Amino acid sequence: MDDRFLLVASTFCFLLGFAYTMFVLGTGRYRQSRFVFGSMALGFAFQCGFLVARGHALNACPLTNLFEVLIFLSWSMVLLYFVVGTAYRLSLLGMFTAPMAFVFQAFAMIAPIDSPPGPRRHVGSHPWLETHAAICIVAYGAFALACVAGVMYLVQERQLKTHKLREFFFHLPPIADLAVAINRLLLTGFILLTLGLLSGFEVHEVRAAWSKIAWGVGVWIIYGAILKADKWITPRRVAQLSVAAFSITLATLWGLNFIAPASPL
Amino acid sequence: MMDVVCLGLSHQTADVSTRERFAFAEHELGACVGELGRRPELGEALILSTCNRVELYAAAADPAAGFATIEAYLSSRAALEPEDRRFFFRRDGSAAVRHLFRVVSGLESMVLGETEILGQVKRAYGVAVQSGGTARHLNKLFQRSFNVAKEVRTRTNITRGPVSVGSVAVDLAEKIFGRLNSCRAMILGAGETSEMTAKALMSRGAHGIFVSNRSYDRALMLAEETNGEAINFEQWHERFDDIDILISSTSAPHAIVTVDKLSKAMRRRGNRPVFVIDLAVPRDVDPAVNNLDGVYLYDIDALQGIAAHSMNVRRQELTECERLIERHVDEFSGWLANGGRPPAPMAQPVAIESAAS
Repeated sequence: MDDRFLLVASTFCFLLGFAYTMFVLGTGRYRQSRFVFGSMALGFAFQCGFLVARGHALNACPLTNLFEVLIFLSWSMVLLYFVVGTAYRLSLLGMFTAPMAFVFQAFAMIAPIDSPPGPRRHVGSHPWLETHAAICIVAYGAFALACVAGVMYLVQERQLKTHKLREFFFHLPPIADLAVAINRLLLTGFILLTLGLLSGFEVHEVRAAWSKIAWGVGVWIIYGAILKADKWITPRRVAQLSVAAFSITLATLWGLNFIAPASPL
Repeated sequence: MMDVVCLGLSHQTADVSTRERFAFAEHELGACVGELGRRPELGEALILSTCNRVELYAAAADPAAGFATIEAYLSSRAALEPEDRRFFFRRDGSAAVRHLFRVVSGLESMVLGETEILGQVKRAYGVAVQSGGTARHLNKLFQRSFNVAKEVRTRTNITRGPVSVGSVAVDLAEKIFGRLNSCRAMILGAGETSEMTAKALMSRGAHGIFVSNRSYDRALMLAEETNGEAINFEQWHERFDDIDILISSTSAPHAIVTVDKLSKAMRRRGNRPVFVIDLAVPRDVDPAVNNLDGVYLYDIDALQGIAAHSMNVRRQELTECERLIERHVDEFSGWLANGGRPPAPMAQPVAIESAAS
């Protein structure tokens, strides 16, 4: 089966989950529904199918270009949603995660960032490099989900502050639970990123671009600083920072592709 | 052919002194149902007696004779005088079925959409079943009514949102802190509404209530009632760091909780959020404290505004609820008219028209 088809199917599932929730919220009759969870699960299955198909074609972890990185990032985020969303009963996390997964994948498909078929230099050329890249992307997935939880926190907090309680106020989790979720996701991402960066230092055979090393370390410092400051700043600031930090990370990842496009991750 | 009849009074037709005259104590319900159900004019009987309504349901071949029998029973039990008859309503056939479905769905309740009534009807039905008061018709009717209540509750917004100051405060506190088990509250100025609000919070797990009042004796009294601790009014701010919820309703002519005081306290608290409920008029809390990070201030207007909004949402759902109920009434009435044959099929869920369409 063509891997593109699997990707389109996956993207469509995320769009469907998001559109359904928006529609139900719009009608003012939101109810806990398995539809969003089901569409996310189906989208995740198609994502897995895509990554396996790509992996087989490359005979390595599919992280050879920005296109695959975005899909892998989306996959990590959805995977963590299934772990965290269930654990914290953050039912609407799916509604907030689905559009982000959709945007990542839609952008990956529309933008000319996928390499043409044929031999290419890929991270599979070294097992440590492959481990490094995969762990780092899963870490970014955790940061993405922290960003999503941060948006949920800010939406809920704003409703509490302004006294304007919309339909989904009663379905969003308490801000205390969201604050805990953000903190744990940031910590999970930070630990994974640390492991990812350390595994990168085991690679001696491949010379990485200084810009990518600096970028990785920079992201590590930003998230480390947020976690360190967590004791002194309000949960609202942590939520704002988790959104800002991931936005910066994503924007710079895109920019980095132009600075060092040929360099492995 | 048997018909369903219902005779009763409620908060809509009678005041509390009339309702309490005809109310049935819980321990006597079984015997009364048995006694009523054995009358030859009635095949089956069930008594629903709550603080807001006393309703007697029965299955009778002749509705007029059924009503007369129930009235005679009430006369013998609670001296039903001719002038009392104006307090009672009588429903038979589809009207009785419709009435029960509306009652269990909370549409006839004092607080529209409240759900406690469903539990009360279930208990009344349980007593009637145990005492042999119900058979084919009332069993079918009440079991169907429970399905109706469930459908109305899950498919409409009739139970949506808090509709009293106390329940609004509880809902907001839960959206800030999650579970209230670890929350401590302080009552500043022991007024009636603050007491009720504190009790509503305690019912959901809040504990460690501090009570501070200008009159220390009054503070002590309320502290005893809430199993809390009384503190001197001059020292309330010293305990502020220990609490999560502040309920203020003093008669002070000016704000006693200011931005300056609270911003210092918030720093000491390590940015732990605080929910401030200002029930006083004039207000005890400077509205500007709501701008502080981690402070969630609600005054009486804000709380009542949310309660009123929830009530409006519920009222808007009435038409939809009635549409759902009517479908079940038609089905059940068809079953009754058919002499109970064939069994009424379970109602298919009715598609709810979206507000967008």
